[in-house]
Amino acid sequence: MYSVNYHRASSVAEAVKLLKNGDAKLLSGGMTLIPAMKTRLAAPSDLVDVSRLKDLQGVKVSGKTVTIGAATTHYEVSTDEKLKKVCPALAHMASLIGDPAVRHKGTIGGSIANNDPAADYPAALLALGATIITSKREIAADKFFKGLFETALKEGEIVTAVSFTAPAKAAYQKFRNPASRYAIVGVFVTKGKDGVRAAVTGAGDDGVFRSKEIEAALAKNFDASALDGLKVPAKGLMSDIHASADYRANLIAVMAKRAVASANA
Amino acid sequence: MGIEGVGARVARKEDKRFITGGGRYVDDMVVPGMKHAVFVRSPHAHAQIKKIDVQKAQGMPGVVGVLTGKELKADGIGNLICGWMIHSKDGTPMKMGAWSPLAVDKVRYVGDAVVIVVADTKGQARDAAEAVEITYKELKAVVEATKALEKGAPQVHAEAENNLIFDWELGDGKATDAAIKSAAHVTRMKIVNNRLVPNAMEPRAALGHYDKAEDHYTCWTTSQNPHVARLVMSAFYNVAPENKLRVIAPDVGGGFGSKIYIYPEEIVCLWASKKTGVPVKWVADRTESFLADAHGRDHVSTVEMAFDKDNRITALKVDTIANLGAYMSLFSSCVPTYLYATLLSGQYNIPAIHANVRTVYTNTAPVDAYRGAGRPEATYVLERMMETAARELGVSPAELRRRNFITSFPHQTPVIMAYDAGDYNASLDAAMKAADYAGFTKRKMDAAKQGKLRGIGMSCYIEACGLAPSSAVGSLGAGVGLWESAEVRVNAVGTIEVLTGSHSHGQGHETTFAQLVTQRFGVPIDSVSIVHGDTDKVQMGMGTYGSRSGAVGMSAIVKALDKVEAKAKKIAAHLLEADEGDIVIENGEVKVAGTDKSLPWFQVALASYTAHNLPAGMEPGLKETAFYDPSNFTFPAGCYICEVEIDPETGLTEIIQFVAADDFGNIINPMIVEGQVHGGIAQGVGQALLEGAHYDPSGQLLTASYMDYTMPRAGDLPSFKVSTSNTPCPGNPLGVKGCGEAGAIGSPPAVINAITDALGVVDIPMPASPATVWATIRATKH
Repeated sequence: MYSVNYHRASSVAEAVKLLKNGDAKLLSGGMTLIPAMKTRLAAPSDLVDVSRLKDLQGVKVSGKTVTIGAATTHYEVSTDEKLKKVCPALAHMASLIGDPAVRHKGTIGGSIANNDPAADYPAALLALGATIITSKREIAADKFFKGLFETALKEGEIVTAVSFTAPAKAAYQKFRNPASRYAIVGVFVTKGKDGVRAAVTGAGDDGVFRSKEIEAALAKNFDASALDGLKVPAKGLMSDIHASADYRANLIAVMAKRAVASANA
Repeated sequence: MGIEGVGARVARKEDKRFITGGGRYVDDMVVPGMKHAVFVRSPHAHAQIKKIDVQKAQGMPGVVGVLTGKELKADGIGNLICGWMIHSKDGTPMKMGAWSPLAVDKVRYVGDAVVIVVADTKGQARDAAEAVEITYKELKAVVEATKALEKGAPQVHAEAENNLIFDWELGDGKATDAAIKSAAHVTRMKIVNNRLVPNAMEPRAALGHYDKAEDHYTCWTTSQNPHVARLVMSAFYNVAPENKLRVIAPDVGGGFGSKIYIYPEEIVCLWASKKTGVPVKWVADRTESFLADAHGRDHVSTVEMAFDKDNRITALKVDTIANLGAYMSLFSSCVPTYLYATLLSGQYNIPAIHANVRTVYTNTAPVDAYRGAGRPEATYVLERMMETAARELGVSPAELRRRNFITSFPHQTPVIMAYDAGDYNASLDAAMKAADYAGFTKRKMDAAKQGKLRGIGMSCYIEACGLAPSSAVGSLGAGVGLWESAEVRVNAVGTIEVLTGSHSHGQGHETTFAQLVTQRFGVPIDSVSIVHGDTDKVQMGMGTYGSRSGAVGMSAIVKALDKVEAKAKKIAAHLLEADEGDIVIENGEVKVAGTDKSLPWFQVALASYTAHNLPAGMEPGLKETAFYDPSNFTFPAGCYICEVEIDPETGLTEIIQFVAADDFGNIINPMIVEGQVHGGIAQGVGQALLEGAHYDPSGQLLTASYMDYTMPRAGDLPSFKVSTSNTPCPGNPLGVKGCGEAGAIGSPPAVINAITDALGVVDIPMPASPATVWATIRATKH
């Protein structure tokens, strides 16, 4: 690791100010940034730590409206009793991230701001039609996730929370990369007021995406059988030493079916 | 056996320090004035070094030295050696290219060490390493052995034309061909054994300390055989004469073969310590371990197995291409030859065997012994062939094996080995019973109702352990003898130190070896200490690999214990005024049999050191040394059965059960033996399902971290069902055979036989990852 200046921000406003230092980077759980710095693949001049900001903590549930602070850890999301009542699928998804150490350090804000193409939260927030709240504005998930490690966030803009209306039904299924245990394919399906949404992580050349094929099939009939024989196109899917695009296409259909079955269970 | 003697499940004495963080590894060693080293390594698989500019790096903060291969050569440091000479079938010696500890003109794999940077801190050394400017001219690389043999392939070393190191054979080619020609049935397969990265938990490390006042070197290193390291560094690398070089291998966190070899880094750290005047420590990071630890396996074989009309094997013909990587590592030449082809008879009566092995240079990390070393490759060839043959012949895999088992001993195979003892039917029976083999068909049908594919596979392995009679290995080209030494020191108060040339890096020697002493003299196990891993304490030894520490290392201890016991009895007989033949030692007492006359053990020890009243002419003291050279290899064997269930939608394979029925000869500590089997199976299952080193065509290692290289995790494995049915080994005083590698040798074919059974296919490549299984299913549908 190269030497770096560490700042612990006392407020979001101060964090925004500190981010103007040199090549400063925001630090939350550090589950991606710190390993990248240790291997010298990332070399920020300054780190601005927001992981302890009170304003960014915790899960709030009001009726069907769920708001999660950006620095809320995966462990907190996975164990929040209020959330488990209105949207158990998201709590379950959080319980599947990494290992216990990662879940106690990693945060929802860090995950979506990084937008790793194999991360779980981007699929969840896209399928939930969530709103991403930042230090400047509110952004719909559909507009937030732009591509591999790319988001709509502007320079110096900080994610403070995410918010969504809990759907009637939802579930997440993922098939893990045998080595890294990230998703080779993860599918989050929801059935809410505005219809069916299905988002896929781990597979797309441009990162997380909504599957038109799955959504169309499920819109008619939100049942696993509606996906029987569904062919997901391999075009636009990643191929690497762990999985071909064809295999990923197959897994998308299989995971979607299992997610729907689970959502209906 | 008592609660601490031979056969008892004694908890490991060494575990207290290991599990409480009290182990002392090379990285824990701190020497006053010590500095830290980072190696600049080649980013290219194959390139000429045009220019090395170290000026900028030398001026960086904290830097005490930036040293190159040219300076190393100028100081007379030698090239790395290969310790086993193999001759091609045309009589020519193997064609070995030079391996300089720091590359001088050319780099030959990604990770090849080029420059060492020494600085006050590791961070400063890293910063300076980035400032070293090396100009390369990239050359085309070759990573696959079969491609390296093609005409026009990039030439890795000028010495080895077409990258062929040797073309070696064993067995009777004519008889084998004739038998295949006249066979009732011939099974033919191409069999690939995938390349593995060893992944010891502790990365390699070295601390070199040159003491100018004494003109003496000390090297702390992660070694499985510190004495061999000293011998080689002294005799071949010109680091220092043996009396001026002390090598210490303290606690070592796993080796699996990868820490047998003497690598460039320890040589360079010793040399750099003299050059810079400070002690120099290097600890590999995990990426370096992936890039620059010797890898394992990487064979491609074409195999023919011939049967008569009664399904008896009449011949086996094997043509193997073995990838040895960019340089010949210390034992790389013997692994695909004498540790491989000699095991191709397996547990079977095979009248004619012929093996042809070509070893090949490529632009990849050196390949050498990895847990099993040649024997897993041989077992994989044989047991995949037996499975396929059984399916082709329409007989059960168990029946085909039984029909061909060797049942009378000693048995001379056509490929050098003379098996001394075994009962292969007993292992097969035990495994089939434990696996409820008879109930498999019903389980398969039940699984099918759930949409799952069940398969069952077996593997009957044999291995040769206890390396080995020195004269025999010497005649086959080994550069060293393969005996072991032991020294038993009884202190004046009766406590006992055992010095051994074996080296424990996870095997539990401090417990097992102490059990031998407890058994012999009835002293508590806590009063016995095992000393190993330091050339200043133990005079000479050959180290630990090839499951040799039980059969060879403990046999040396037994010989030394015999001498101590004989002397103790003489002293006791003198003190008790009895006949020497009437003295017995039990429960810490030295007694005259059939009387109430006795002495506590410590009094005999004390008497030997006070020397006030010893038999006439006897030297004082109670300390004896022994060297033990085995008369033969030992032949552990067994039967493994694996049952899998495959999800055809995802290709995910779950191991439902894994049964191991082994014959290890007599057992000293069943718990430690079971642990060895568990670990071995985990590695074997890892090879079959999860692990595989992948280079891209340009020679970049794509699996250079745990993000991409799949290590087996606890959740990938079932609770193993292990048992032993043992035939004592007649070749050594304890009747032990060795158990360290069996699991890794026997398990891969059992897993793949089960998967191919479930899928109804002839073959599937290892690792049979979900993606591979799914693609195989899809290919069979089309």
